[in-house]
Parts: sequence; C-alpha cells; structure tokens
Amino acid sequence: MATPVFVYIDHYNGQAVGAAWEIVGAAHKAAEALGAGVTAVVIGQGVSALAEEAIQHGADEAFIVDDPQLKDYRPESFATALTKVLKDAGAQVVFLPTTARTRELAAMTAVDLETGVVPDLVGFEVKDGKVVGTRPIYAGKLMEKVVVAAGGPQIFLIRSRVFPKPEVQSGRKGAVTKVEAAVGAAKTEVLGYKATEAGVSLTDAAVIVSGGRGVSVNPKLTPPADLTDDHQKEVWRAQQGFALIRELATVLNAAVGASRAAVDAGYIPYANQVGQTGKVVSPDVYVAAGVSGAIQHLAGMRTSKTIVAINKDPEAPIFKVARFGIVGDLFEVLPALTRELKAKLGR
Amino acid sequence: MNIVVCVKQTPDTAATVTVENGKVSWGDAPLVINPWDEFAVEQALRTKEAHGGKVIALSVGPEAAREALKHALAMGCEEAILVSDPGLLAGDSLVISKALAAAIEKIGGVDLAFFGRQAVDSDTGVTPAQVARRLGWPALTLVAAVSAVDPAGKTISVDRALDEGRQQVKSPLPAVVSVTKEICEPRYPSFMGIRKASKATIPVWSAADIGLGAIPSAALSWPEVFAPPKIETKVEMIKGDSADALAANLAARLIEEKVL
Repeated sequence: MATPVFVYIDHYNGQAVGAAWEIVGAAHKAAEALGAGVTAVVIGQGVSALAEEAIQHGADEAFIVDDPQLKDYRPESFATALTKVLKDAGAQVVFLPTTARTRELAAMTAVDLETGVVPDLVGFEVKDGKVVGTRPIYAGKLMEKVVVAAGGPQIFLIRSRVFPKPEVQSGRKGAVTKVEAAVGAAKTEVLGYKATEAGVSLTDAAVIVSGGRGVSVNPKLTPPADLTDDHQKEVWRAQQGFALIRELATVLNAAVGASRAAVDAGYIPYANQVGQTGKVVSPDVYVAAGVSGAIQHLAGMRTSKTIVAINKDPEAPIFKVARFGIVGDLFEVLPALTRELKAKLGR
Repeated sequence: MNIVVCVKQTPDTAATVTVENGKVSWGDAPLVINPWDEFAVEQALRTKEAHGGKVIALSVGPEAAREALKHALAMGCEEAILVSDPGLLAGDSLVISKALAAAIEKIGGVDLAFFGRQAVDSDTGVTPAQVARRLGWPALTLVAAVSAVDPAGKTISVDRALDEGRQQVKSPLPAVVSVTKEICEPRYPSFMGIRKASKATIPVWSAADIGLGAIPSAALSWPEVFAPPKIETKVEMIKGDSADALAANLAARLIEEKVL
C-alpha cells in the first residue's frame, strides 16, 4: 500500500480553521487515486481533540505533536515539528489549507525537506502517481498546472471552499500516535492577539455582501455639523452606507467585503478588501452593492457561484459577471432587500 | 542598522497577460518593481531614517532586473546588488531562497531583511519564510505594523495580519520581515533620486560569487499554463417600479433558484 496522504490540521488557538476539514476530504480524493489512506497531523499544545475531530471527518489515523513549547503558533517551531513527522513517516503527499500560517509553515518545511511547495490550489488531479495541482497566477489572469518534480514530499496548499466539507462520522475510530519533536525554545515571543472586528471570515464565508465607492454617495444624508472637512463628511456618509451592508450581511449570516476604492478612501479596514491586492474569495453568493467591478476587484471574486449586483449605473462592468442585477439606488434597495429576506427566510 | 530589502521585477499589474506557445507573455507591457516590494522598500527606508544605517536593495533575476533595483535606489536605497546567473533563471522559490540567503550572508552583518508579501506574477508568497529558514532567522511574515525597533537591544516588535486578527510578536534581530500594504504608503522616487539611480553602478554577483557551488535544480515543474475558462454569465435584470418591488422580485428569484 502506498504511503498515506498527510493532512495538516491548521488551527487558531486550538480551533480548527473552516477549511481544515475540506482538506481532509480533498486528501481522501487523492488517497483513493493513489490507493492510500489519509493521516492527519496535529501540532500544538492540548490539541488532542483536533486529532479525534480529524478522524471523525474522515482521516484514518492521526499523528500529534503536543508540547508546551507549541502553545503559541510560531512558524519556526511548528515547521520543525511538521518536518519531523513527515520525515519519519516517509510522506510522499502532504495537503494543507491555504492560510496565513500554513503558507509560511509549509514554505519552511519545504526548505527542511528540500522539496517543492505549491500554495493556492483550486483543483488537482492524480497522474502517474503524482499530484498535479492547478492554481491561478497573475492574479487569476492565467492558470498553471504544477507538479513537485523533486523526490521529496509533494506539499500542496488548497484554497478554502474548493472542496466540500465531509460529513462528520461520530463513531469513526482511528489510531492517534504521539510524536516527540525536539522543537526547542522559540526565539520569538508572542505578546498577544488583537482580534479584528467580530464577524464571519471572508475566505470561509458562504455568503458575502460587499460595498464599493458607491456607498458614500447618499444625497439624502446630512453629516453632523461638527464635521467640517469634506473627507470626514464622505467617510461619515460611507459608514452609514456600510451599516446597510452590515444589516443585510447579518440576515444572511454573511461576511462583509469591500472594493479597493472603498478601502483606499478610508471607509473600511483593509482586512475587508476583496480583490487582487486583498482577499480572494469564492462564496456561493456574492452581493456587490455600489461596486463598479474594476478588473482588480473581479480578480478576487469572479469565481463566486452566484453574483448579485446592485448599482445605479447600468453600464457598470459588474453586471457583466453578475447572474442577477438591479439598476437602482442601493440606499433604498438594500434596506428593502434586508426586510424582504428577513421575512422570507424567517430570520 | 544594516537593512536589506529584496525586490523582484515583474510585469505591471495592468498588463494583459496571455499564453503564447505554451509560455506566459505580457507583450510589450513594461516590467516594473513588484508592487508589493515598494511597501518593503518604503518600510526599510523609514526604519533607516528612524534608526540610522543603510539600505541595500537585492534582487535575483536576469540583467533586466536592474530596473527594479534602480527604482529602489531612486526611492532612497544607498546600494543595490543584482544576483544574476543563467543557472538561476529557471529557479523556483526553493532555488531563489537559497540564492537570496547566500547573498545576504555575503553582504554580512545584516540586521533586517524586508520583503513584499508576494510577487504579482507567481503569487506564491513563500520566499520570505524560506529565506528566513535558510538563514536560521525568525520569519515575521504579513507584517501590518512595526510597533518598535530597538537597535541597541537588537529586537523588533510587530503586528502580523493573520486571517483571524493581529498576532503581536517580539523578535530578536536579525530577522526577516514581509510586509502587507497596510504598513505604509510607498513614496514616489524624487527627481534627485532618479538622477542618482541612473548613474549608479549595480554590481552583479554570479552564483559562484555567492558561494553556490552547484546550482540546485527547481523542485517544481510546470506542465501547462492556460487561460482560465471563460465564465459565461447572462445577467437577469430584475424589474420593479419601486425599491420595494425590486427587492421583493430579487428575493423571490434568489429563493426560487435556491441561491439562498
């Protein structure tokens, strides 16, 4: 039997990321083609529950490196642990979700193992016993197929929402093996965490409601008298506009996105930006309100399953990629849509 | 402080990129400094301006990559070095990280190596962490803010932009830092800077110069590049004579088509 496909379970302080289980499903698909099993790898402190969860999501077994030195995520010590597990097991194929952590973690592990690492897969096939990954390049203007030609493990990072999340099989059992890795004391010190504004994560969201520059142009609003600066007035107007976006997002359990124009104008933090220089998303539903649809925005969201565009300009390029369109005043349509969906969906 | 900033030359983001004879082509679009790297150059210059020292711009690439280095010089870097070798041209991140790490070691006494978060051509974003791993330095990737630099105590404190929020990390120097666009606004090259850059001599180091005996071959191979399949959408314009009617009709269609 071929060596199992290894899956790294990425977590934030012990909580598995949204895509973690999707990747277990993806690994199953590769494992079937290779005639192999699926082995989960969990690294951290007090994270044995994640190993059980991985098995319930379809892994056959799990390796776990549990060490007080691994309490806070740091790429150096996590990479040392991951390298140790993969090397000892003679791993040939390794899958990870694509997150801020795994990108650097996999990069370092690839150096340790002198092998290739490929992030941002949007698909793969297995050909002649090798995984052939497909990923966007040039911000999605082109796609490439890529294989790890070196003899070491083939390390692939798969994007969120490319594969469905497998069903939980609560009775499923598998061996959990503890691995000791001499990770040593980390050089860096984690001083703390600052959570961003609470809300649904953009990359994991099934529904996203986005606002563009158009959210700041409501003529019916009068900014407070103490705002004298024109830019301050504009930002104030935009914030009232984004409040309407948030209300719809709440009803749809959606994440809030924004165009670069809206971020650059200071309406909303960069963390919300969707596009070439922001986050790349692929939700089931993407509602774009007051977003013109510049190429750089489309690069980050055009693979969304259904795009709904609301814009007052019938010539806006966003309508070229949309499935449903409304030419109208977003300041009137959004609240009406929020009311309507709240009633119809019973939320 | 001795600061290195690593830059790559890439096609302009506005370029039309196509596949010709199985290869990527950007026609006659200009090659520029990777836009993410401009943020790295800016942050390197600000660190130098606050704490003294000098900034060396470093690139691995073909002879033409000089233009990216000249942009960094025009922004205010003191020196620039190009690592260029026919053997490195087909390199992937595993190879390029080896060359960059070797060049940084040859420069010697470097406290900080800045990078942009990723290059806009290959979009992988793995090189900064790989260079750090090869040097044995901490990697501080996706840094959105530098809260403190202590040149005497040899430490740096940063906020890293993880998907869930900010991780605040204090690291000893030397360290590798990759930056996001939140960190600063890159300056435009000054007229004097452009003049200085145009006259600057940029030393070229070969693979042998940086001590890479045999150049390792790339770990990756790329059997195919192709244009993404066109997504055919036909927009259905929702009709209605008021906002309420438009909203009701859209909601009805979204539910009918099981979109929601």
